[in-house]
Amino acid sequence: MTTKSQALLNWVDERFPLTSTWKAHLSEYYAPKNFNFWYFFGSLALLVLVIQIVTGIFLVMHYKPDASLNAAGVPVAFAAVEYIMRDVPGGWLIRYMHSTGASAFFVVVYLHMFRGLLYGSYRKPRELIWLFGVGIFLALMAEAFMGYLLPWGQMSFWGAQVIVNLFSAIPVIGPDLALVIRGDFVVSDATLNRFFSFHVIAVPLVLIGLVLAHIVALHEVGSNNPDGVEIKKKKDANGIPLDGIPFHPYYTVKDIVGVVGFLIVFSAVMFFAPEGGGYFLEYNNFLPADPLVTPPHIAPVWYFTPFYSLLRAVTYPLFGLDAKFWGVIAMGAGVVIFAFLPWLDRSPVKSIRYKGPIFKTALVLFVIVFFILGYLGVQPPDNGGIKDRTTQICSVLYFAFFLLMPWYSKLDSCKPEPERVTS
Amino acid sequence: MSVDEKMDGGRRQLLLATSVAGGAAVAATAVPFVASLTPSERAKAAGAPVEADVSKLAPGEMMTVEWQGKPVWILRRTEEMLATLDKLDDQLADPNSDKSIQPEYAKNPARSIKPEFLVTIGICTHLGCSPSQKFKIGAASGLGDDWPGGFLCPCHGSTFDLAARVYAGKPAPTNLDIPPHKYLADTKILIGEDGTA
Repeated sequence: MTTKSQALLNWVDERFPLTSTWKAHLSEYYAPKNFNFWYFFGSLALLVLVIQIVTGIFLVMHYKPDASLNAAGVPVAFAAVEYIMRDVPGGWLIRYMHSTGASAFFVVVYLHMFRGLLYGSYRKPRELIWLFGVGIFLALMAEAFMGYLLPWGQMSFWGAQVIVNLFSAIPVIGPDLALVIRGDFVVSDATLNRFFSFHVIAVPLVLIGLVLAHIVALHEVGSNNPDGVEIKKKKDANGIPLDGIPFHPYYTVKDIVGVVGFLIVFSAVMFFAPEGGGYFLEYNNFLPADPLVTPPHIAPVWYFTPFYSLLRAVTYPLFGLDAKFWGVIAMGAGVVIFAFLPWLDRSPVKSIRYKGPIFKTALVLFVIVFFILGYLGVQPPDNGGIKDRTTQICSVLYFAFFLLMPWYSKLDSCKPEPERVTS
Repeated sequence: MSVDEKMDGGRRQLLLATSVAGGAAVAATAVPFVASLTPSERAKAAGAPVEADVSKLAPGEMMTVEWQGKPVWILRRTEEMLATLDKLDDQLADPNSDKSIQPEYAKNPARSIKPEFLVTIGICTHLGCSPSQKFKIGAASGLGDDWPGGFLCPCHGSTFDLAARVYAGKPAPTNLDIPPHKYLADTKILIGEDGTA
């Protein structure tokens, strides 16, 4: 480095922790050397967040959150999306990036969460990282749900109608709460405007804050790894973990490989199948919202369907409260229960590599159940037939994975963890 | 703070009082923000009564009018349709509409002022989807051989009879709401205002 630029850097460093921050989080942040494929998805989630924010900024330049009808009798918001798709130069591409990005976000985050399950990344001392992560997942669901109302299509409208009505199932405060969320007695222009505000301002701010907290907490305790052993236990004379390598350049370069692979798949979907076969953009959403007619088959976007199945699984009233209320509780619990994982898992080892057959079976079963629930969530209900029964059985198994974990993870016959990471 | 340092109790109390006062101010400031989320005066004013002319409605047909942003159905029931109603009591969740919402004058087996015309809000009491017409009888409806005709909610599968009463064991807790309504003339219905005339 030339003396002049060194002098400039010194000048900054005396006033702002530039070099020390760079070192703490990148060039001297020591990550375990044995990261594998599953460790791509954290950085990819960050990439998708950036894609969503940048494309979102440009979409807002052309979009209008207005449910009133234009001269042609089409809701202004719906027409604005068509305008972006047809008349704004490059608008179609930016919008498809955003809509594909929404689905990609959930793909990446689900894989990132699965990585946590595989290697016990939620275990002590990483409980707070995991809790911030659950917060990110919740914020992401809120963000996706509110964003989905904005095109003001049939699925936007009826999806919002159903989900907002979920809140009205809460005893005592429910109906008023639903009213405050909608800002009207029905899903209307008021609802569209506040969802727009939350989608572009409030939730993204929360999301960015949580992502920062997630990373700061991670860098405080250090990354877990596929062996689930703490690399900080074995350090060299300089206090550097023997099995650690600086995040930059080693993992920045590795992550570029992940980014390239991801962008190939992302672009393929965006250019050749942006509707994702009706799962990324549902066909009914190409019809403007009609408050008088529900489409014959409504289903949420794919990333909500496992939780939507949990909602539909409950058909019996309990303790004098409607089945509807318990369905809402089941759905909410299905998401929030992830937060308790650090305290449910009593296994002596973290990683699946050293866990016993019971945990492995439970995890495989959980993944299968998650997929089945996801599939059934897009299917129409069959009035107590085979699909509804399967939904109920799978829902019980879903919760059993978490609630029985304190026992089966303890009973399991684990293998001894190695002293240091294996290659 | 070391233990032997003398704490100024007066200042500590002042600090506490200031924090409480500040907290109260912040909480009070939240009031207008939360209030702004509730329905506006304009939203509250919307919902004037709507008039519907049913003179062109053929027996067995249904029309939809919009009232307060919601679909209101008017179904002109045939004799056969009405005959199905009294056989269903043991299959329904609330056959006498005791838990359901309707004006007193519509709390009868046909849930209407005149049995011929059913006026109901076409919004499922489960999560607010609008059920679809399933007026075909038996297997042709896709709802089983003994389906007597009624409505099916596409979202979560609740079924209703031709008096908008919900079948038992379905997610919807109550029958569809009946809005306040009255007849202005033989074939003119005003929705949104009470009256039995």
